[in-house]
Amino acid sequence: MVTVTVAAGRIAFKPNWWARAGWIALVVYIVYACSLLDVTWARFMVGLDNGARFIGRMFPPNFSRWEILAKGLAESLEIAVLASTLGILVSLPIGLLASRNLMPVWVTWPARMFIALCRSFHPVIVAIVFVKALGFGALSGIAALTVASIGFIGKLFAEAIEEISLKQVEAVRATGAPFMNVITYGVLPQVFGRFMGFATYQLDSNLRNSTMVGIVGAGGIGGALFAAFQRFDYDFVCAMLLSIIFLIFVGELIATQVRAIFLERTRVDEE
Amino acid sequence: MTVAVLEARTWRRFTPAQRLARFAVYLAMVTAIVVSIQTVEVIPEFMLDAPEQMADLLKRMWPVAFAYYPKGVHEALVETLHIATLGTILAVLMAFPVGLMAANNITPSRTLNYIAKLLLVSSRSVNSLVWALLFVAVFGPGALAGTLAIAFRSIGFVGKLVGEAVEEANQGTIEALQAVGAPWLSVLTKGYWPQIQPAFWSVVLFRWDINVRESAVLGLVGAGGIGMALDTAMNLFQWDRVAMVLLAIFAVVIIAEIVVTAIRKRII
Repeated sequence: MVTVTVAAGRIAFKPNWWARAGWIALVVYIVYACSLLDVTWARFMVGLDNGARFIGRMFPPNFSRWEILAKGLAESLEIAVLASTLGILVSLPIGLLASRNLMPVWVTWPARMFIALCRSFHPVIVAIVFVKALGFGALSGIAALTVASIGFIGKLFAEAIEEISLKQVEAVRATGAPFMNVITYGVLPQVFGRFMGFATYQLDSNLRNSTMVGIVGAGGIGGALFAAFQRFDYDFVCAMLLSIIFLIFVGELIATQVRAIFLERTRVDEE
Repeated sequence: MTVAVLEARTWRRFTPAQRLARFAVYLAMVTAIVVSIQTVEVIPEFMLDAPEQMADLLKRMWPVAFAYYPKGVHEALVETLHIATLGTILAVLMAFPVGLMAANNITPSRTLNYIAKLLLVSSRSVNSLVWALLFVAVFGPGALAGTLAIAFRSIGFVGKLVGEAVEEANQGTIEALQAVGAPWLSVLTKGYWPQIQPAFWSVVLFRWDINVRESAVLGLVGAGGIGMALDTAMNLFQWDRVAMVLLAIFAVVIIAEIVVTAIRKRII
């Protein structure tokens, strides 16, 4: 048996000088960045005063112009649904092309580049470009969120395909099935549940962003929200914000339900 | 004989209830898509000249105004990075107590757990641009509003993941510490912290990466950073400068992603 000798005055937890230096560096950075960004206590206090007045003007929320509100929300919903549909349809083949276990390198590389490009810009910035190309309105919003969806679902879908078991693919191939059948019978059944999960997540995320692209004129409730902000119409802003949060809440609940249906451990039952 | 029995059986992957639920989801999806297509206000004429407009846009963007970088972009870009970093730090400071409050093994009170979870959800369901609008209205335009917007938007994300990591922590270490009579704070720092550290750093890095992207657009509503430069250039139709700003954002986002991946590989 190994005998452990305990030295007198042993310290249970040795001081970690690197961690301490890290904490000091962090504090120094915070002070430096605050001074650079002109973040001062005085400004903060003035802001708190402002904030109280601001919140006072927001309540009670004003729902009297509910037609504008309902129209904006409906348009946001439409943008989210259509952008998710288009994005998913496009990202299916692209995700497949980007999966390294099924495709040769010269195919995956450009597909991955394309996905990375779609992901690198915020949807609102993409919306700016589309507003110029397609004009104001829901169409630009749909286009912008489609790009965002391709970036997200394409990446996750490619990763999901890369994690599948190749045994089933091999089995389908061994029967002499053509390429499309290998995909539909060997690959898709393995990733479908997770794919539905990504799709509902993306719908959720598109719903959040579709309420925002209106700020640059790409349709949805964002335009009305931004306009009301600039008119200091804060009680209407509050009504819109509450509606948006409610909508997103409901969307999240539905998304959780759908995920539960499709990600349930699929038992093999006989009837 | 047995073969015949097997053939008479019908094997199905899902139960009737599962199939019904799935069918309901498909039906809802198709309905939503059809209704959206029918009601969305799209002006088809706008699509006809889209290629022309796109070509025009690219022509105006070229050549990219690289000369504009030192005087108009660099400072704003650095400000964006500071907003993202400071916002993340602030978010972590605020998210820790809320995350601990949401974890049932640290805060054994269901009511407090629910309050914390409600705080986290409401932080997440307000978009960072909306947070920015609110803070611009309160603190005036500038980086302070942007930093707070980033921080408040991130609390939900960081807090949720911290809370989950704490709940999943192995209780053996905790019990050992409690058995020797360690005070509450020591249990936290010596029992929980080493266990949640890997998850924590990966969450923080991931969130910082997202925040760099998000802080680039906050300027559109006046909350500081490179979005301000973008907004100004766009309002003046200086598309060559817009191209410069977009290039700068693209470069920063790519660099941030590379940095995050490199750090993650080294520490996790």
